[in-house]
Amino acid sequence: MTDVAVIGFAQAPNVRRTDGTTNGVEMLVPVFQQVLGQTGLAKEQVGFWCSGSSDYLAGRAFSFVSAVDAIGAFPPVMESHVEMDGAWALYEAWVKILTGEASTALAYGFGKSSAGLLRRVLALQLDPYVVAPLWPDSVSIAALQARLGIEAGRWTEEQMAQVAVRSRSAAAGNPAAQLSGTVDVAELLSRPYIADPLRAHDCAPITDGAAAVVLAAGDVAREHCARPAWITGFEHRIDSGSLGARDLLAAPSAAAAGRAAGAGTVDTAELHSPFTHQEILLRGELGLGEQVTVNPSGGPLSGNPMFAAGLARIGSAAAEIMAGRAGRALGHATSGPALQQNLVCVMEAR
Amino acid sequence: MKHRAAVLGTGQTQHRSKRPDVSIAGLCREAVDRALADAGLGLADIDAVVVGKAPDLFEGVMMPELYLADALGAVGKPLLRVHTAGSVGGATGNVAASLVQAGVHRRVLAVAFEKQSESNAMWALSIAPPFSMPLLAGAGGYFAPHVRAYIRRSGAPEHVGAMVAVKDRRNGARNQYAHLRQPDITLESVQASPMLWDPVRYDETCPSSDGACAVVIGDQSAAEAAAGPVAWIRATSMRTEPTMFAGKDHVNPRAGADAAAALWQQAGITDPRGQIDVAEIYVPFSWFEPMWLENLGFAEQGKGWQLTESGETEIGGSIPINPSGGVLCSNPIGASGLLRFAESAMQVMGKAGDHQVAGARTALGHAYGGGSQYFSMWVVADTPD
Repeated sequence: MTDVAVIGFAQAPNVRRTDGTTNGVEMLVPVFQQVLGQTGLAKEQVGFWCSGSSDYLAGRAFSFVSAVDAIGAFPPVMESHVEMDGAWALYEAWVKILTGEASTALAYGFGKSSAGLLRRVLALQLDPYVVAPLWPDSVSIAALQARLGIEAGRWTEEQMAQVAVRSRSAAAGNPAAQLSGTVDVAELLSRPYIADPLRAHDCAPITDGAAAVVLAAGDVAREHCARPAWITGFEHRIDSGSLGARDLLAAPSAAAAGRAAGAGTVDTAELHSPFTHQEILLRGELGLGEQVTVNPSGGPLSGNPMFAAGLARIGSAAAEIMAGRAGRALGHATSGPALQQNLVCVMEAR
Repeated sequence: MKHRAAVLGTGQTQHRSKRPDVSIAGLCREAVDRALADAGLGLADIDAVVVGKAPDLFEGVMMPELYLADALGAVGKPLLRVHTAGSVGGATGNVAASLVQAGVHRRVLAVAFEKQSESNAMWALSIAPPFSMPLLAGAGGYFAPHVRAYIRRSGAPEHVGAMVAVKDRRNGARNQYAHLRQPDITLESVQASPMLWDPVRYDETCPSSDGACAVVIGDQSAAEAAAGPVAWIRATSMRTEPTMFAGKDHVNPRAGADAAAALWQQAGITDPRGQIDVAEIYVPFSWFEPMWLENLGFAEQGKGWQLTESGETEIGGSIPINPSGGVLCSNPIGASGLLRFAESAMQVMGKAGDHQVAGARTALGHAYGGGSQYFSMWVVADTPD
């Protein structure tokens, strides 16, 4: 198989609200400039473009169509779009390079969550006939999962708060982060529930943002990056869409993707865990021991731009390798209610 | 290195304006079960699933593939959801093919659908986002001026659009799955139908359909193990350009021409008119047949209408276009592109039934979307090279 590496990553500032349109152009233009600047590639040298976004988040049909304006796609470009997090756009781009049709690719994701009521919008991902009409929102479903874990002795509210404390602290080094700083467990636990047993710190903030990752094959990667993050495993799986049919304390799709991608060998992991308890759950499913550094960027608990946050996890993990802080790292992305769909990208320095 | 890939089987639903007898999952499963039966495979043989559909607002379900994971047999497997506007069905086929061509998977299931009766596509298309041209009463209002521009530019006689409608609707009458089957339609009846968006009349317009299409794509060993005929994927291509920009040619978009040029080169085709035996082209409004004939290189600029007028695009002509009846007979939007791809495969597999083009060995599947800005295409043939 062709050797493919991540050679660049950029993201928009993670903020509660942007003034830009829901088609992401205002966020994407500077991100493209930044990521292409990093790699020294001109726009015309990008062989394949692929984006991830959601019309429902944007509240309009075809939101990604206008996003193409951020590329300046004339002469026409080889391009595709997934109605998923940009992490899956990166997967499609990786596949495109493996076919030999392109030697470079740029994947991007964007989302303006502030355009609607995010937890209500996400309820529309559920079975449209028998579940969605009841409007179980995304935070409430995560709360059910957290409650099950507490009652099963898998985690405690204190351990959940510790995840938030560590994330906010790590995010102090991430200029794009929405939330960062020093908080302590006792203080967090004194705050009210927003969906018992979840408190505000247990839930990722609502974030507008965008991210872009550049891939390149073999010598092109070496030419445009001093220390490329070579992809050694890239896998994704999905679990049942029926909440009642799932064991919510397991994410078999994450475990299977992790096994196939070689998750057990990394020193650093960026996990797309929008809720504190999900980081604990994912660590177990991916077999990440205590020695693994998790979410050095602060992770989604310090900024969670929908449809870009999973891609940003891969970009952040790659950035650790490119900066020489990690030797072998994974980026993880999730989609759907309560970790239904999961993707793992394992990268290494060479 | 690109691995060989082939279509092992295709399936589609009965397309109707409303399919209240099935859920979205049931609709998809109808197509999937037929595709698997056609390929002689079961869900357990499938390594990954690629789902395509047009905007989620068309059904009012956000990312329905999440809920469909069980019905599509995707649980525990990779599932990708593609959305490239009206071209999405074609993109779904191309992405599924790329998973095999990249050597990532052996057998991939591509599924595309639209269940328009669950929501209101006209409403979903008629929103007014800031800084964007409003579509004005759906796609017809958007594309009619481009058709008018084509007629002016080419000097095509006004009856050519009606001729396309007559041909496609009569072809559709030979297709057991088609939504509209009108064997008795005439040029006069089309020309007497109400004007919707001048110059596009009611009978020159695609219907709104519920429907799904599924295609099983396999690698060389899977193709060689198949009991029946397969359709080898000789080439795929996709190109995108912005919706609006100074100098945009809506009649002959460069993204379409570039995609076609790349496709022909990849397939080793130097004379599309002579080397392609049959084409399934995305024609939602009659006039797009001559327009795309030119954009694809089947005819010189301004001459596409002559090919249509001379009858060469009928079954039995030198370059039959849309023997299935095409989008003018069935338009489950997200599936319409994959239907074009599937029908092209059915032709070279010799499985197109009453609308089979005799001796078809090399075929084109084509789709476009957005404001004539997304193009996806493939060439399939009865031999690998």
